[in-house]
Amino acid sequence: MSLLANKPQSAEQPGHTDSAAAFVPDQSRAERKTSYAVADFPLPSGREEEWRFTPVDRLQALFADTAGTALRRDESLPQGVTVSTVSHEDWQGSGAPKPADRAAVVATAQAESVLVIDVPAEAELTEPVRLTLTGEGALSHGHTLVRVGNFAKATIVLRHEGDAQYSELLSVVVGDGADVTLVSVQEWDDTALHLGQHDVVVGRDAKVRHIAVTLGGGIVRLNTNASYAGPGGSFEGLGVYFADAGQHQEHRLFVDHEAPHCHSNVEYKGALQGETAHTVWVGDVLIRAAAEGTDTYELNRNLILTDGARADSVPNLEIETGEIAGAGHASATGRFDDQQLFYLQARGIDEDTARRLVVRGFFASIVGRIGVPEVEERLMEAIDRELEGVA
Amino acid sequence: MSTLEIRDLHVTVDTEQGTKEILRGVTLTINSGETHAIMGPNGSGKSTLAYSIAGHPKYTITSGTVTLDGEDVLEMSVDERARAGLFLAMQYPVEVPGVTVSNFLRTAKTAIDGEAPKLRTWVKDLKQSMADLKMDPAVSDRGVNEGFSGGEKKRHEILQMELLKPKIAILDETDSGLDVDALRIVSEGVNRAKEATGSGVLLITHYTRILRYIKPDFVHVFVDGRIAEQGGPELADRLEAEGYDRFQAAPAAATDEAATPANA
Ligand SMILES: Nc1ncnc2c1ncn2[C@@H]1O[C@H](COP(=O)(O)OP(=O)(O)OP(=O)(O)O)[C@@H](O)[C@H]1O
Ligand SMILES: [Mg+2]
Repeated sequence: MSLLANKPQSAEQPGHTDSAAAFVPDQSRAERKTSYAVADFPLPSGREEEWRFTPVDRLQALFADTAGTALRRDESLPQGVTVSTVSHEDWQGSGAPKPADRAAVVATAQAESVLVIDVPAEAELTEPVRLTLTGEGALSHGHTLVRVGNFAKATIVLRHEGDAQYSELLSVVVGDGADVTLVSVQEWDDTALHLGQHDVVVGRDAKVRHIAVTLGGGIVRLNTNASYAGPGGSFEGLGVYFADAGQHQEHRLFVDHEAPHCHSNVEYKGALQGETAHTVWVGDVLIRAAAEGTDTYELNRNLILTDGARADSVPNLEIETGEIAGAGHASATGRFDDQQLFYLQARGIDEDTARRLVVRGFFASIVGRIGVPEVEERLMEAIDRELEGVA
Repeated sequence: MSTLEIRDLHVTVDTEQGTKEILRGVTLTINSGETHAIMGPNGSGKSTLAYSIAGHPKYTITSGTVTLDGEDVLEMSVDERARAGLFLAMQYPVEVPGVTVSNFLRTAKTAIDGEAPKLRTWVKDLKQSMADLKMDPAVSDRGVNEGFSGGEKKRHEILQMELLKPKIAILDETDSGLDVDALRIVSEGVNRAKEATGSGVLLITHYTRILRYIKPDFVHVFVDGRIAEQGGPELADRLEAEGYDRFQAAPAAATDEAATPANA
């Protein structure tokens, strides 16, 4: 049984396109296949629901069950944080969810080992854990497990740079009462291909924020899945993306509410400029029958700066219990507003500066909430750089 | 001493039905220190005049000239006009989400002056002007016009006039949507700004009530895209008593609907 969202979808300015008509998909998200076996996932054709927006023909190398070479890894670890490797079996026993598509299952099958980052229980990190992965043009597979102990407080910044054909599975398993922010920054060269599955398991009463910042790459597709290991957990998924000509950036979120009294909030904003820039945002939220007292909201906004760019935005809400605190979504895609430009210019502000102000303003509500100064600053600078390409 | 000179200005807009002439020969000279009131019925082209002077891309100037101290305004971009000393307080100020008022004002001030204002005096001036206009100081952390009430928007426009100190300010229906108290506060702001900088003011309005607070030197009756009659403050009193009917009789009213097709 499905109920309608009880928070109305917010209407955007008139005249803006809006693809937010939430629909209940023909198949429940609960039925989507997950497995450890590569053979369980046939090669995607592009006709599957979860691949229908993705240029799969350019991704065949990442679907092939063949070995690659590891990305270069640079890390900076605050005291108490350790990096080690474990076996595939240990990873399976860690509470991490299974791979959910072909690229992710190949990543787990082909990665040399499972890289584990451990933040011990009750550790309160004052500096972020920094991990930078750099590609050198090769096929690569990543399989990473981030384990955060009970009541720990940690920020992890994961950066992707260089060129690669990279598929990865990242599991973030967060203990009870912990408070974790994980930032994944995609600053790839424009030739890179990146298919990622990020699973976040929120412990009882834990608070987890997953933040995706996608600026570079030819194709970047990140599937972020959140689930709850106990009641009282809170998940926030924030995202900022900026697509130029020829780039495909896809962010898919799935928040699976099975435990009661959990909270989720997803907010993604993207800007697009240039011919064939394409972004996709899919936000699936499933509130299962047991998840009473759930409070969830998801929002996606896209700002189209030039002709020829395309933004797809699809929120899906499935609700299997009437006993929820709130569920809503909003999605809107709008063009750059010339009235705003006129207003700023009429105050003496030159066109380039005015454009920058408007776009920075568009992103401000999310950027200000990232809460990791080094990421916020770099992001704002990157947005300014992107804009120098326009006008 | 500055002079804005508008001569025989003709302006069209492109509509779905074709090109429509809205301004049909406007001639008007405004000097520093002078206050000109333009009064006219809805749709007569008052905002079109204001936007055309400011350089809104929607309007096409088909003939005529606009100069500020002899410089060709029509050749300038929108921001150049503002930096040259023109200011337009808009009838419907635009929301710019996420750009804070304080950031916006500082950026505008820096652009107009050609250098960043001294931090200490700037903060003081901003606080003082906001207090004078009875604006909540918390407004400076909000997005420009984002969720502002009608009255807040108008105060914010006049705040900008006070801070940016234009040579010539065009105020498009700054009085609309204001209650009596707000009207008085906003009018006092205009008078203060005028006194401080000696700006020339072009006050566009539909009603005479704002003229009780801002005394015009000249009143122009604007009908059907041109000035139909000019006079002193006494003309406003007549309009108050008689309305615009006298000017809208027969031919002018009839042409009101007449859009000129592009190929006519
Ligand atoms: N983009 C446009 N397309 C079609 N008609 C337009 C456009 N812009 C202005 N007009 C028309 O031009 C005329 C003058 O409009 P304008 O806004 O200048 O009038 P106004 O005197 O300021 O009116 P008000 O008192 O309502 O503010 C009106 O008939 C209006 O409908
Ligand atoms: Mg008007």
